[in-house]
Amino acid sequence: MINIEEANRKAVENMMEARPVVVGVAPAKEVIPGMTDNLLLHAGPPVTWERMSGPMKGNMIGALLFEGKAKDAKEAEAMLASGKFTFAPCHDYASVGPMAGVISPEMMVYIVEDQVFGNKAYSGLNEGRGKVMRMGAYSEDVIQRMRWLNEVFGPTVDAALKSSGGIDLRSLLGKALHMGDDGHNRLDAASILFTTLLAPHVSKVAKNSDIAFDVLKFMGENALTILNPVMAGCKTASMAAHGVEGSTVVSIMGRNGTDFGLKVSGLGDRWFTAPAPHVKALYFAGFTEKDANPDIGDSVITETTGIGGFAMAAAPAIVTFIGGTAQDAIRTTLDMYEITTAEHKYYTIPYLDFRGTPTGVDIRKVVEKQLPPRVNTGVAHKDPGVGQVGAGVVSMPMSAFEDALIAFADKYGI
Amino acid sequence: MSVIKAEIRSGVYYDSAVLMQLQRSLADLPGVEDAGVIMGTPTNKELLARVDLVTSEVEQAKENDLVIVVRAGDERAANDALQRVDELLSARKSSIQQDYRPRSLEGAQSMMPDANWVLISVAGRYAAGVAREALRLNKHVFLFSDNVSVEEEISLKAEAAHKGLLVMGPDCGTAMINGVGLGFANKVRRGPIGVVAAAGTGLQQVASRIDQLGGGMTFGIGTGGRDLSEKVGGVTFLMGLDALSRDPDTKVIVLVSKPPSPKVADQVLRVARKAGKPVVVNFIGRTPISRRVGNLFFASGLDDAAALAVELAKNPPVLEAEADLKLERFAPGQKYLRGLFSGGTLAYEAQHLLTEYVPKVYANAPINKENKLKDSLVSVEHTIVDLGEDEFTVGRLHPMMDNDLRIRRLMEEADDPEVAVILMDVVIGFGSHPDPASELGPAIAEAKAKAEKSGRYLEVVVVCTGTEEDPQKLSHQIHQLKQGGAWVETSNEAAVRYAGQIIQALNQPAEQSQPMAAPVDLEVLKKPVKAFNVGLESFAENLTAQETPVVHVDWRPPAGGNEKLASILERMKKLSSN
Repeated sequence: MINIEEANRKAVENMMEARPVVVGVAPAKEVIPGMTDNLLLHAGPPVTWERMSGPMKGNMIGALLFEGKAKDAKEAEAMLASGKFTFAPCHDYASVGPMAGVISPEMMVYIVEDQVFGNKAYSGLNEGRGKVMRMGAYSEDVIQRMRWLNEVFGPTVDAALKSSGGIDLRSLLGKALHMGDDGHNRLDAASILFTTLLAPHVSKVAKNSDIAFDVLKFMGENALTILNPVMAGCKTASMAAHGVEGSTVVSIMGRNGTDFGLKVSGLGDRWFTAPAPHVKALYFAGFTEKDANPDIGDSVITETTGIGGFAMAAAPAIVTFIGGTAQDAIRTTLDMYEITTAEHKYYTIPYLDFRGTPTGVDIRKVVEKQLPPRVNTGVAHKDPGVGQVGAGVVSMPMSAFEDALIAFADKYGI
Repeated sequence: MSVIKAEIRSGVYYDSAVLMQLQRSLADLPGVEDAGVIMGTPTNKELLARVDLVTSEVEQAKENDLVIVVRAGDERAANDALQRVDELLSARKSSIQQDYRPRSLEGAQSMMPDANWVLISVAGRYAAGVAREALRLNKHVFLFSDNVSVEEEISLKAEAAHKGLLVMGPDCGTAMINGVGLGFANKVRRGPIGVVAAAGTGLQQVASRIDQLGGGMTFGIGTGGRDLSEKVGGVTFLMGLDALSRDPDTKVIVLVSKPPSPKVADQVLRVARKAGKPVVVNFIGRTPISRRVGNLFFASGLDDAAALAVELAKNPPVLEAEADLKLERFAPGQKYLRGLFSGGTLAYEAQHLLTEYVPKVYANAPINKENKLKDSLVSVEHTIVDLGEDEFTVGRLHPMMDNDLRIRRLMEEADDPEVAVILMDVVIGFGSHPDPASELGPAIAEAKAKAEKSGRYLEVVVVCTGTEEDPQKLSHQIHQLKQGGAWVETSNEAAVRYAGQIIQALNQPAEQSQPMAAPVDLEVLKKPVKAFNVGLESFAENLTAQETPVVHVDWRPPAGGNEKLASILERMKKLSSN
């Protein structure tokens, strides 16, 4: 007979004990197991080209342009629709991608290694905010930035990481949460810490001072510099928590702009999906709700492993970004304690007397209380080629959790 | 010899203020001489070396490692201190989340872990689930909700009894705990009277009258109207009574109920007899047979109960210790009483009093025609025979003058293996036999000897009516009866009650078959009320008005009322609690 409590304790213990360290940067095809020339990874659960959302199509087009596989958007679209490429969730390849989250074979990815359980996870290089490929933009300037990231930034950061011996994300994030970050949408402190730790090594390994200048300037100006390594770090925590027999803890959540999907630690590789929800957002000048694509991205891996929206009480300043009061931020965190299994051992919230962040979503609690996980997120334009239009808060769809609960009862004969 | 122990943690970030606090907490632990909690930088390690807090692990620690090191009087103290690190790190000092409304009892628990009561007033079909959750968290339950099935009530109360927790309700309107009213309750002065009530407004009436009459209360424990039904068996009532019996601040107990099941009422009264303090009983619809039995005081109504309780609290009565019935003397199967009376009124009173102890007493001159013996010469079960009735005195002297018939009947009854007690009267004075005990005393001895020979014990209880100035002399009669081995009283009531207690005890069904309730922890019960409220918000507001800490739970039906999902969740919970 299964012991759900025991299984959940183990899953969450693993989740918290995972100790991700950023060790390097390399092309996806060289490091991601199973990566092939015609494989394109994307955020969220599986999706076909026909059902794919605008921003994800945009990111796919951008990827082919960036790889030089297509000469223009039209050709890229035709190739993508032709069935020549395989689309698969990043999550099924030890990877995660923010927003559309496309990883193509030539793209450089961060390598994050969990030093406790030995798992490795991968995520691309962050381009900053606004008109970016992960939001579906693919204009020439976007492609150029990606090329620079891949050819200059990536190799330099890889050498700097090797020179530093690796950056320990668990202690860095613990500190950042005490500096006003939530670990997902607000990563100003974490990005600065990351930059500070790498700067001496960048200056040491860069081919010349111009490159050092460009790399450090880019890192320092991009408050989301560390988002991708953080997500890959969270992915290692997720991997450590997955596959505990009898556990009702959610190990993966992700959205592809069409569907939301989740996996449960004790339910193997099955995705439970529901239509991606619409985000309650504030919009950039010139955009409205009508422009917004439904929820998209793997960045909810942060909430899945106990930070992000769940740690909002640590980051009251975030409410200016999503529209709300500081009390809303605190309430969100307090609400999330209601649906989680543990309080994080290493991530704590000063305002709540250093209470650990709510960690390990339990499908039982979500369904019983009808209280879905809440996530802070960016909003992409629904059409390919535009980019980010706003940011806001969104609740994950309840029906996926309910389906998972029923499947759990079926599997374990409850 | 001091022992230095260290623990190195990598990949962890703590605020330096937190580390300083931890260092101080560790140094304050018993047996610990000094402690250091720092990041492993060279400067810090030098500092540790200066105060003799270095081990080889500490020397090897890197800049990003958290070093926790203690020096203690012995190895054990050092290990104990290191083992408490996580606990000390997670210790929280205050709760900032005051105005947050949790969604569940579990959430409330994390905000106020030392709450001791949960008030539940959600719709009946959800109430048992919430109550079960409260019991899982080891809280007493005030269950206002109605429409909870009796099966649910039984199972909740069994679970609660097992843990020594009270489930007051379902359908419990009122309780007063340490001066705090739960549900519908009055502001009643604190004082020495404790009330257990299976009647909400009954409790309010008694409590209010106690206050008006200048008295005060420790507890008013509600049980819900069904508690004293035969099915539920008075679980909460008996636990409440037991708690009040043990509570040194409760000097007088009041028991109030709407008409209870006679069987459960009997059990309650048996337990109440052992309370060791005065117990005022008002079971509406059950007319008391006498004003007082030992420590039990029977009130004629709610007002009378309050008045009696206040009076008894002011002027405590002298309580006699309960007689030891020495039941072990009787053989298995011995359970009946036979009364062989010469006096008609005494026989009549005996029948009347015995109804308090056993359900049915047969007689040749019964109070109730249904209990008439078919044959006056043959006793059935419990039987009282008035040998002074006409049927026995035709052509024969009255038994007050002639003992022959009684002695013969005494010997017959003594041969009956089911007989345990024989009750007799000896009435002396002018006109009576000149020395009845000179014949009855030896006859009693013989009857007892016969029983003893068959491996039984026969208790013969005699009431002796007369005075010292009577020709037969009371003390002389008593002496001879006692010589014969009789238990002698001069009050008919005392004699009957003694006999009644014995046969009641011998006829008790094997009631211990129901699992014994764990006693309520008085220390917890006497703590100031701290509550979680689920349901009617006004109940939380009332507690706040009484300056009682309360967390109101923003409760919704499990799974939004989806029964399929809710039943899966419930099965999962059962799985977890097994």
